[in-house]
Amino acid sequence: MKSGIVWGLVCLAAVSAAGTLRAEDAPQNASPGAAQDASQSAAKVCEVPNSLLTTESLLPKVTEAVKSGHPLDVLVIGSRSSTILGSEANAYPARLQASLKERLARTTINVFVEIQPKKTAEETASGLVKLMEAKKPTLVIWQTGTVDALRSIDPDDFRNAVDEGIVALQKAGADVILMNPQYSPRTEMMISVPPYVDNMRVVAQQHDVPLFDRFAIMHQWNDQGDFDLFSTSPGIELAKRVHDCLAQALAQFVVDAAHLGPAQN
Amino acid sequence: MASAGEPARASAISLPAVGERELRLDLFRGLALWLIFIDHLPTGLLTWFTLRNYGFSDATEIFIFISGYTAAFVYGRAMLESGFVVATARVLRRAWQIYVAHVFLFTIFLAEISYVATSFDNPLYSEEMGIMDFLKQPDVTIVQALLLRFRPVNMDVLPLYIVLMLSLPLILALMRWKPDITLALSALLYVVTWEYDLYFSAYPNGFWAFNPLAWQLLFVFGAWCALGGAKRMSRVLSSPVTLSLCFAYLFASFCVTLTWYLPQLGHVVPRRIEQWMYPIDKTDLDVLRFAHFLALAAVTVRFLPKDWPGLKSPWLKPLILCGQHSLEIFCLGVFLAFAGHFILAEVAGGAALHALISLSGILIMCGMAWIISWYKHVADKSASRKGIAANADMAGGG
Repeated sequence: MKSGIVWGLVCLAAVSAAGTLRAEDAPQNASPGAAQDASQSAAKVCEVPNSLLTTESLLPKVTEAVKSGHPLDVLVIGSRSSTILGSEANAYPARLQASLKERLARTTINVFVEIQPKKTAEETASGLVKLMEAKKPTLVIWQTGTVDALRSIDPDDFRNAVDEGIVALQKAGADVILMNPQYSPRTEMMISVPPYVDNMRVVAQQHDVPLFDRFAIMHQWNDQGDFDLFSTSPGIELAKRVHDCLAQALAQFVVDAAHLGPAQN
Repeated sequence: MASAGEPARASAISLPAVGERELRLDLFRGLALWLIFIDHLPTGLLTWFTLRNYGFSDATEIFIFISGYTAAFVYGRAMLESGFVVATARVLRRAWQIYVAHVFLFTIFLAEISYVATSFDNPLYSEEMGIMDFLKQPDVTIVQALLLRFRPVNMDVLPLYIVLMLSLPLILALMRWKPDITLALSALLYVVTWEYDLYFSAYPNGFWAFNPLAWQLLFVFGAWCALGGAKRMSRVLSSPVTLSLCFAYLFASFCVTLTWYLPQLGHVVPRRIEQWMYPIDKTDLDVLRFAHFLALAAVTVRFLPKDWPGLKSPWLKPLILCGQHSLEIFCLGVFLAFAGHFILAEVAGGAALHALISLSGILIMCGMAWIISWYKHVADKSASRKGIAANADMAGGG
C-alpha cells in the first residue's frame, strides 16, 4: 500500500557504502571458489567483492540435487537485459551453464532461458505457474525490475507482484534467485531504478531468497574501471564481456548459496 | 517552526512587524536547496552530508514547510491589506512563474535527452534505451508535460509546489476565518488520502511522486505556524517533555536509518515494529516522516533562537541568500544537477570530479543568489526613489 521510496535512499547509500567497503575487501578477494576457477583470467578483470556475493539465504533443492547426483535444471526468466540480441550464446544464461559446469564437474547442468521482453513483474508472475509446469526446474533465476522501472509502475504493485511470483515459483517446487536491473549510468537520469532495486531487496529478505545484486555489481565494475559503462557506442564486445563476468559471479553465487564450494563438494 | 513575532493587529491572523525578516527560515530553506541539489546528483561523497541519511525526513520536507510559511506570511499580509481578489491574483502570478520555470527546466531536460538518445548505441543497454521511446511521440509527451503529468526524474517538486500555490488563496481565506479548523481540515484530507488511496495520476502511467493531497498537510502547517500558530505553540515547544520526546524520536529514527546502511544491525529492530513501519512512504508523506520533521523543527527552534548572532555572520550569508531567492536557486539547482549528470556521463570522471561538480554547483548557486539579491537591491532603490512601493515578493514570496 505504501511505496518504498525510502528504500531507494537506502540503496543509493548502500551502493556508496559498498564503494568504501570494497576497497578493503579487494586484497582478500580470491575466494576458494574463484581460486580454482579455470577461467580465472576472465574473473580478474571483473572481480566482485565477497560482500556482494554472500547471502544468508540457502538453495536447499539445488544442494540436494547436486549432492544426490541428479541433473541441475536452471531456468532463467528475464526481460531483454537477460540476453544479447544476435549473440545469445554470449549472454549470461549460456555463460552461466558453462561456468557452472566448470565448478560442478560431476553434475549435469541444463540452463533454459525464458525471455519475456517488455513484460512487467506482474505480467510475468501471472504466467509463472504454466511455465513451471512445462519446465520443472530445480532453480529459477528471476531477473526483473527493468521493465517496471521503465514504465514507472507503482513500486508497491511491483513489490506485490514479485512477492506473488516468488510464492508461485516456490509452490511449484523450485529454489529461487532474484536478479535486479542493470546499472545503467547513461539512463540514470531518466529511469529511477533504485525504488525497484530496494523493493526487490525487501521481498528477497521476506522470503529468505538469495538476491543477485546485478545493479551493485555493475556499479562496482564501473567505479573501479573494469568496464566503461558510460561509453556511448562500445559495440557488442562490451556486452559480451559484461555478460561473461556476470555469469562468473552468478555461478559463484549459486555455488556458495547452495554450499557447494570445493570444501563441501 | 519559527515564532511569528509580534502580532500586527488584533485579528485571527497575526503577522510579524513589517520589515522584520525571519533569517532562520532563509537559512534553512537555503540549506534545503543545497541538499536537494546534492541529492539530485548521482551518489557521491557529499551525499553523506544530506539529511536523509540520518533520519526519516529529508530536505523536501523543510522546503515545503518553509514555502508554506513564507507564502502565508507574504500573501496573508497582501490579503489583509488589499483583499482576497488582489491577493489571489498575486498568488496566481506566482504560480504562473513557477509553471514557466518548470516548463523551462523540462525543455532543458528534453534537449539533453535528445542528445543522449541520438548518440547512445550500446547493445548492453538495448532494454534501458526503451526509455527514449517517448521521443518518438513528441505530440503526446510534450502536451502531457505541459499538463504536469509527464515528469522526468528529479522534476517532481515544482509541480507539487504549483498545486499547493493554487490552493493557497483558499487556505488563506479559511485561515482568516478559523486557523485551527483549516489545519484540522488539512489533516482530515491527509487522512482521507491515506484511507482511500487518493492520488494524482501521471503519464504514461503511475502517479505523482509527491502526492499533493498528502503533502498539503506540511504546507498548510507551515502557513498555520506563520499566521500565529507557532506563537501559540511556543509553550508546548519550550517544555522539557516535548524536547525529550523529540530527542528520543530523532535518536530512534537515526538508529533505524543506521540499519539500512549496516544490514548486520538489521536484527536490532524487532520484526513486529519493522512490519508496522515499512515501507516509509515518501509519496504520501508518511506519518513517520512528518513526525521526524516536526521533531527536527522543534529541536531547531529551541536551540537556534531568532536573535542568534550567527545568523548575521558572513559564513552563513551564502545559505541565507540562496534561501531568499528560493525559486530561482531551486531551478538553477535542478539545471546544475542535469548538467552535472551530463558532465559525469561524458567525462566518466571519478570521485574527485564528482566532488568538484558538487562543490562548484553550490558555488554557482551562491553566486547567482548574490547577483539576484544585488540586482533586486539596486532595482528597489531606484523604484523607491520614484515612489513605487517595494515588491512584496522581496520578502521571500513563496
